[in-house]
Amino acid sequence: MQINRLKSGGQINRDKTLRFTFNGQSYKGYLGDTLASALLANGVDIVGRSFKYHRPRGIVGSGAEEPNAIFQIGSGATTEAGMRATQVELYDGLVAKSEKGWPSLSFDIAEVNDWCSKLFGAGFYYKTFMYPAKFWKIYEYFLRRMAGLGAAPREPDPDYYNHQNTHCDVLVVGAGPAGLMAALSAGKSGAKVIIADDQANFGGSLLASKELIEGLTADKWVSSQLQMLEELPNVTCLSRSTVFGYYDYNFLTINERCTNHLSEFTEGHVRQKLWRVRAKRVVLAQGAFERPLVFPNNDRPGVMLASAVSNYINRYGVLPGKNPILFTNNDSAYQAAIDMKIAGAKSVLVVDSRSEQPSDMVDEARNNGIELQFDAVIRNVIGHTKVKGVEISTYDSGSNTCAAQATKRTCDLLIYSGGWSPAVHLHSQSGGINKWDDNRHCFVPHTTKQASFSIGSCNGTWSLEDCLKEGIACGRDVAGSLNLKVNDINLPITKKIKLNPMMPLWQVIAENSVENLPKQFLDYQNDTTVSDIYLAVREGYTGIEHVKRYTALGFGTDQGKLGNINGMAILAIALGKPIAEIGTTTFRPAYTPVSFGVCAGEDIGEMFEPTRKTAIHDFHTESKAPFEIVGQWLRPWYFPKDDEDMSSAVIRECLATRSSLGIMDASTLGKIDVCGKDAVTFLEKIYTHDVAKMAVGQCAYGVMLGEDGMIKDDGVMARLGENHFYLTTTTGGAATVMSWLEQWLQTEWPHLTVYLTSLTDQLSTIALVGPNSRRVLQKLVDADLSNDNFPFMKTCKSEIAGLKVDLFRVSFSGELAFEINVNSNFALYIWNLLMVTGRDFEITPYGTETMHVLRAEKGFIIVGQDTDGSINPHDAGLGWLVSKEKDFIGKRSLERVDSIRSDRKQLVGLLSVDNKSVIPEGAQLIEKKSPSGPTPMYGHVSSSYFSPVLGHPIALALIESGRNRIGDKLLAISSDAKAIEVTIAKPIFYDPKGERQHAK
Amino acid sequence: MLLIKCPWCGVRDETEFSYGGEAGIERPLKPEDLNDQEWADYLFMRKNTRGLFLEQWNHSLGCRQWFIVERNTVTYEIIATSKIKNEAPDIQVDA
Amino acid sequence: MAPMNKYSAFSLFKNALTNNKNWQVSWRDATPKSKYDAIIVGGGGHGLATAYYLAKNHGMKNIAVLEKGWIGGGNTARNTTIVRSNYLWTESSLLYEKSLKLWEGLSQDINFNVMFSQRGVYNLGHTLQDMRDIERRVSANQLNGIDAEVVDAQQIKQAIPLINTSKNARYPILGASLQRRAGVARHDAVAWGYARAASELGVDIIQQCEVTGIRKNGSQVMGVDTSRGYIEAKKVGVVVAGHASVLADMAGIRLPLESHPLQAYVSEPLKPVLDTVIMSNAVHGYISQSDKGELVIGAGIDPYIGYGQRGSFCTIEHCMQAIIALFPNFSRVRMLRQWGGIVDVSPDACPILSKTPVEGLYFNCGWGTGGFKATPGSGWTFAHTIANNQPHELNAPFSLDRFSTGALIDEHGAAAVAH
Repeated sequence: MQINRLKSGGQINRDKTLRFTFNGQSYKGYLGDTLASALLANGVDIVGRSFKYHRPRGIVGSGAEEPNAIFQIGSGATTEAGMRATQVELYDGLVAKSEKGWPSLSFDIAEVNDWCSKLFGAGFYYKTFMYPAKFWKIYEYFLRRMAGLGAAPREPDPDYYNHQNTHCDVLVVGAGPAGLMAALSAGKSGAKVIIADDQANFGGSLLASKELIEGLTADKWVSSQLQMLEELPNVTCLSRSTVFGYYDYNFLTINERCTNHLSEFTEGHVRQKLWRVRAKRVVLAQGAFERPLVFPNNDRPGVMLASAVSNYINRYGVLPGKNPILFTNNDSAYQAAIDMKIAGAKSVLVVDSRSEQPSDMVDEARNNGIELQFDAVIRNVIGHTKVKGVEISTYDSGSNTCAAQATKRTCDLLIYSGGWSPAVHLHSQSGGINKWDDNRHCFVPHTTKQASFSIGSCNGTWSLEDCLKEGIACGRDVAGSLNLKVNDINLPITKKIKLNPMMPLWQVIAENSVENLPKQFLDYQNDTTVSDIYLAVREGYTGIEHVKRYTALGFGTDQGKLGNINGMAILAIALGKPIAEIGTTTFRPAYTPVSFGVCAGEDIGEMFEPTRKTAIHDFHTESKAPFEIVGQWLRPWYFPKDDEDMSSAVIRECLATRSSLGIMDASTLGKIDVCGKDAVTFLEKIYTHDVAKMAVGQCAYGVMLGEDGMIKDDGVMARLGENHFYLTTTTGGAATVMSWLEQWLQTEWPHLTVYLTSLTDQLSTIALVGPNSRRVLQKLVDADLSNDNFPFMKTCKSEIAGLKVDLFRVSFSGELAFEINVNSNFALYIWNLLMVTGRDFEITPYGTETMHVLRAEKGFIIVGQDTDGSINPHDAGLGWLVSKEKDFIGKRSLERVDSIRSDRKQLVGLLSVDNKSVIPEGAQLIEKKSPSGPTPMYGHVSSSYFSPVLGHPIALALIESGRNRIGDKLLAISSDAKAIEVTIAKPIFYDPKGERQHAK
Repeated sequence: MLLIKCPWCGVRDETEFSYGGEAGIERPLKPEDLNDQEWADYLFMRKNTRGLFLEQWNHSLGCRQWFIVERNTVTYEIIATSKIKNEAPDIQVDA
Repeated sequence: MAPMNKYSAFSLFKNALTNNKNWQVSWRDATPKSKYDAIIVGGGGHGLATAYYLAKNHGMKNIAVLEKGWIGGGNTARNTTIVRSNYLWTESSLLYEKSLKLWEGLSQDINFNVMFSQRGVYNLGHTLQDMRDIERRVSANQLNGIDAEVVDAQQIKQAIPLINTSKNARYPILGASLQRRAGVARHDAVAWGYARAASELGVDIIQQCEVTGIRKNGSQVMGVDTSRGYIEAKKVGVVVAGHASVLADMAGIRLPLESHPLQAYVSEPLKPVLDTVIMSNAVHGYISQSDKGELVIGAGIDPYIGYGQRGSFCTIEHCMQAIIALFPNFSRVRMLRQWGGIVDVSPDACPILSKTPVEGLYFNCGWGTGGFKATPGSGWTFAHTIANNQPHELNAPFSLDRFSTGALIDEHGAAAVAH
């Protein structure tokens, strides 16, 4: 039974009944309801329990300020926690649960906290749970279970989110009267406008208004304006779209909820969209939040903001009480009393803290038969799970005192209004400053940092006429500032209403008696009370940031929209300072909470980062090779035959390569073409070796250092012509080396004529490796590959099957080997051709693991594995590469005190003494374990493998003074605390003279 | 989210650029003449200015040009961007 | 510490009986004297800890902490509160381990519950090289007497059931290092607790007092000019994370620092869903759940120098993507609030805790993204350095000289994770 639903009225569709459940109970509502309005229609009073004291709570507001009606919606993978019922549109089948209260909302055992609440004042947890120290874990276990609101889903989100980038002339935030006028005025002047509003319908405060505009009811007038906006091709209207972030350079983020109002999960649809907007101008017209009044037990279910009451009656046809009392310090709240009366409330009493003064609202209330009591306040609320009545006292606004005597009066709804706080959140996020206004008693935007304009009630402008005026003027100014031809629109005709000023009433009862009173709540969700503020001040937490943090004021999920200003005012009273001196706090994104999913957008799962595959990738997948991730690349790790495991596959691949022929896809190497008349000058600075001395056609192994002298990258480079070079980099280093080269060239040596071109993707590299490599390759190329004509470390151009290739006689395995560079479009063809041609020699594809073993057998380093940013070329045994004659990047650093220490770590080999244990990579090398205190470590194992060709394990390590310690024994200690006895050896294990790679 | 004017391509979103730190640090022409302290000064010591600051940016997802940006490191306001001048260093030749 | 102000369950009870009217101030809000034996510039966790240990360990009582805003309002208020000591190099791991040991008894020592919660930290490995680095770091930690272990993907899944250990993930989780003694703490409590304990020992804590100049006589520091007048002191310790270069400039010292924005965000409070700390450098994100229930998430640093205490949204987006890569079920969880701090990053990702060319002037800076965890150890060793005019053995390697000698302690190379 929708017992509180009015017979008629509201903007709901009564033909569309929707079913939903709350805490397992079934209810009905209508299309157009929010979950909050539907619950109120059904007479549900208690919607939650508070965070600390577990006090019963009802719906207070009707929008983003609601602190109590916070629900878990849905279940399973599509459940959402922390959903504010006032912002959840009702759909058929909606399942909602309250997030606190056990065993039930009406009876919550933890409400015992409320009775002994004096133990739980602000910051109590800093003062206890410390003894005995080890019990903290137990205390914390229970604290964690008491804390938290809803539950996160436990399954992956099946929904889809995306991002849209856009630019506009004007982004208007909020489609209330001011925002609509600004959008229309700018739009009609030809500006590209986006207007976004977080509600389902445009109109803002007008949706609940009874005012006539241009002779139309407010909602009809809004429709007419919306129609005009929609007819403008240069205007985009976004409803259900919250502008939640305002970043530098007028970058704003909008969360558009596309299907949340339809169901928990809408297959095949984008659930939410993130608009990333760059706006030339931003118009902030977000409106204002109504403030509660602060008095004992002001949190009981059935205490509701005046604006919320008007919203529920006028928008949703819900009468939240029959016998209400309105407590106010301002005129605007009278509308709620009038709305109640017209909608059928039996008796309505207004308790106004001000003295009576002539005003249109007072007259209208009186004309509607509303009882008025001036110079009076509510000093307490009677009722526990629902308001049953109030205590009313007379109030002397001159002395700010409330009489000791009170009269009781029954009611079923207590409506309150303490005035309005402009929604200055985005203004603050943008870097704008807000300032306390002593006339309007609120923070208003003061200075702006970006091209933004605040208008309407978020600028502290209250009357409808003024809001409309400001909107029109703003739209005009914005259009003018964009050099558009301004197309004026007329100010809509509204009724002029005479309003009396509000009276600041921050605290009904004077502070000296605070502690003996029932709690007076400021932040409902975090249970921050007036006495918490006083306690914080007493303890020296007097700055607003300290007070907020100590009392948790404003740290709830409504982020203080309801209670912060009251809290600051109470702090001002407690400190005896004007509010303006309390300062304001900075607002940060998000304005209202926004899902991780929509922020992440599409770049999740396999789209998290690009996956780079070589041109030969299909061969690898067909061969069922597992992949190793290197940078963004997928590289085949090994090529298992049948059911082979990795170690058997690697042994087979190694032996085949050493004895006959292996083939490897080396395409992920970074490849950079360098040419131009100053190429040599440039590369002389980049590499440690003497580039100028290289002959055309010659290859060289080179290392690049950072200016700190540490090895940055390495690879073979070749001189293709007098002023033409080809460089290779490590797979992971390709992009950074390219950028680094460009940076040196452009910023340090812009006078050099050098052209850098990345060829990493354009060219594929196939390494043909092993004693039979020449024989096979010779079958395919015309070039004479004989050792005399094409010796080790030479490059030449040739053709395979009519395709141009570059050949390099270089070796990362110590075998006779050739690297073939070919246009990537034909790489798979060439690879397959080589596979066929090499069949007679049992050509064996191998992956990164075999590559590692083969190079380790030769003592060739992998940058990033055998170096770590603290290793210079001398450390790595590459001193022979370091030119003494020329300057190069990093050279000076090699002369520093620490660089010439004799006990630096040096690259050496390791052999296990038992000749069978493979030493874990990463193991630390020690002499013996210290019985107490840290054990000195001399180095660590950087690479370690079983060498198939040698039949025993080998390893590379970086060891202090390693080269002077060849033959010494150390212990290798790994994370499982196992110790392996090792002997330090030279880092070349196989073919130390290098005869094989020079094979004739 | 910065909006940076590449001197070649025009105004683009921050995500197209990469950062290169303080501008105007000149690599010593003769590093070997510097003592360790002087070398460290070039290598590591930075102005790290709070306020107006000259820095290098690269239009890495665009034209790949490095350029100079004058930016306020507190407000993030970009005052100006400029191309790097194509000038050879003034090399002193030993007699 | 004077027992009259002691916090305990009993004192809570006793004060409840008198309506909480008899609580005393946590720390005295002092006005500056004209002269101190030592001044600490910066009222963050590190500065307050330094003052506390100067008073407690070295008997210096005539000292002041000068804070330009409100204490604990800089990076102390803006970090993701992770505490761990599993660094790669012996120099850093011993310094952080000293800190961790102090954390373990801190609540009792300063009689303020800093809620140090040893719920473990997992540093994830996503590539074979990550795993090599993890093995190297863990075995080094163990030999330094620091608890550390290597766990595989299955063990991770068992401990953290919601984490995505699918082999098909873009960057699959191969394993992790685990330090069980690591955890998180309550950031505000650290500043307030040290302030209260220091104040109790006679330290003047002076807020709203901005240092505008550092006066020298020759190469000896004489005092500081502040927004509240000149204050004389022969020893000045500067601990102003984020603004170290600005203060150094006042003294004519150059520092090897760059100050960058570092952003973080929290979700709405949730029921317990994650009871440990997870860090992944490869995907750039780290996450834990606070006692209040919020998921506390940190992103990578923004690339540019920025003193604005804010960064760019694209960094947040990328971090969200990383978190969803690790926890696809958190996609529907909602971000409540995001913020930024200023971290001063040194070339080797290690701090500078050092004397300077100016006699009596000491700098403590360059903690990058890793300062919070070091708060007690940083204070302990910095206090030693200031009191004795020479570094403690634990911070001796972290001197300013290392940038000219080249003896850097490169923590971003192999340890990879620097948060």
